[in-house]
Amino acid sequence: MAKTLVALLSGLIFGFGLIASGMSNPGKVKGFLDLAGQWDPSLALVMAGACGVALVPFAWARQRTTSWLGAAMPDNSLQSIDRRLLIGSALFGVGWGLSGFCPGPAVVGLGAGYQPGIVFVIAMLLGMVTFEWRLRRGVAGARGDE
Amino acid sequence: MIIDWNHFSPWSALTGGALIGLAASLLLLANGRIAGVSGILGGLLRLDENDTPWQAAFVAGLLFAPALWAILMPGGLPLPSFTPEDGAGWGALILGGLLVGIGTRLANGCTSGHGVCGLARLSVRSLAAVLVFMAFGFLTVFVVRHILGN
Repeated sequence: MAKTLVALLSGLIFGFGLIASGMSNPGKVKGFLDLAGQWDPSLALVMAGACGVALVPFAWARQRTTSWLGAAMPDNSLQSIDRRLLIGSALFGVGWGLSGFCPGPAVVGLGAGYQPGIVFVIAMLLGMVTFEWRLRRGVAGARGDE
Repeated sequence: MIIDWNHFSPWSALTGGALIGLAASLLLLANGRIAGVSGILGGLLRLDENDTPWQAAFVAGLLFAPALWAILMPGGLPLPSFTPEDGAGWGALILGGLLVGIGTRLANGCTSGHGVCGLARLSVRSLAAVLVFMAFGFLTVFVVRHILGN
């Protein structure tokens, strides 16, 4: 129960961060990705702010074997930079550039009843289901992923 | 390159980013879990008695954030700008969604899992993912806006 409440609180804070930062605004995201046009560098600072705050807590988490609520800490053993990572990230980048949405902001958009967010989330879930049913069997079987 | 100073919002970007970093730190330290949105959504697609409750709660937090923001914050919810003629009509939005869904699951992470959590734990694998998706994001907007001329 405590873990569920923490996750809810974390999701709320995360969502506030996405709204405050402008990440949940696809127009702003495309302004950031448009290096050759009128470039709005703001969103680079979102990542800088997030990583800046998370750096010390994440280093601290590495020293622990269990979390505050007694769960195992995540396994960080997956280090390989393989084709699956590179191809997946490339496809993600193209989709991000086309739409101005990445997964978190799209879910926030859905929650706001924002029409493009709703359409995007449905398409994204379809993509994820496709992965679960077709691709995962092929690519994950060989690698024993997750 | 011309900087768009009119839309540049360094303080809200840093503040919002700090909140995201705080949320990710809380989930990791308290629950031992990575706040990667694509991983959490993908996890919800295969139900699991250990993970489904916290994953559903995290997504519920994201979904309720706009409503809570509208209640708590003076000035209400900022309106996102999306114009279908702005390089992404509905077709591009749907294609983009499919590619983001498949791509983030293939790569085991997105802007939050690799971009925030991965970089914060200094993972070279996540740095590679971030460099690739940023490069392809820049490239895609360049092609759509400046070559196809939308």
